[in-house]
Amino acid sequence: MVYLTRKAEFSASHYYHNPEFTPEENHRVFGKCNNPNGHGHNYTLEVTVKGEVDPKSGFVVDLKQLKEILNREVLDAMDHRFLNKEVPEFFTRIPTTENLAIVIWQRLEPKLTKATLHRVRVYETPDLFADVYGEA
Amino acid sequence: MRAHLTRRYRLSASHRLHSDEMTAEENAVTYGKCNNPHGHGHNYTLEITVSGPVAENTGMVCNLMDLDGFVEREILERFDHQNLNLVPEFAGAVPTTENLCIATYKIVRRGFSFAHLEKVRIEETMMNSFEYAGEEKNS
Repeated sequence: MVYLTRKAEFSASHYYHNPEFTPEENHRVFGKCNNPNGHGHNYTLEVTVKGEVDPKSGFVVDLKQLKEILNREVLDAMDHRFLNKEVPEFFTRIPTTENLAIVIWQRLEPKLTKATLHRVRVYETPDLFADVYGEA
Repeated sequence: MRAHLTRRYRLSASHRLHSDEMTAEENAVTYGKCNNPHGHGHNYTLEITVSGPVAENTGMVCNLMDLDGFVEREILERFDHQNLNLVPEFAGAVPTTENLCIATYKIVRRGFSFAHLEKVRIEETMMNSFEYAGEEKNS
């Protein structure tokens, strides 16, 4: 088994708000992230896939295909977007780093046929990142 | 779905690696420059990884304000800008970064109740890093 990690970068804005909370609760739980006008981050995404090395190609996965899937499923949808308003999953879910990693997992996992998705890591800043391994 | 959340913090501290159980020569051989009696310092980077289910109403494993507050109060106030040899946690232990990892893990594990502690990772320099995840995976 070999693990392969591909990185990508995207920039997006978001804010945290739960309509079921009172304004005071939203402010207490989410702090500055509750500003309804949004704020932004330069995200770094790391996608790790695993699999056996194909004896003919020497690849775990064709990087060109992985890159195409990443571009289509993640970057086209999220890069330079306001996540709350433009990415359907976040119409009802709060676009935290954890949920971003989960949504990216859910978008990529069914599209990967040759290799198995192992981990999605999303850096919101160099000092904060979330990992998802598809555990229920 | 479960997620792991990792937060990085910085602290600066001095230490001297020296064991009372060794002779002066053994200390010099074992610890080299780190045995200098006047001590020396590092800019440490501390990584705390917690895990858990992502709460539906917040989208979070735990609130970052709680984690930051705990680490500031219990770890950084204890170790940042200190001589590690003089803090109580190292009264009977050599303040290597291995032991700093274990001491930090124990404090977070004991006191932070908002998420499960997965591991503590400390970079002593850009070239050296250490990780401690407890003795048993699910302990």
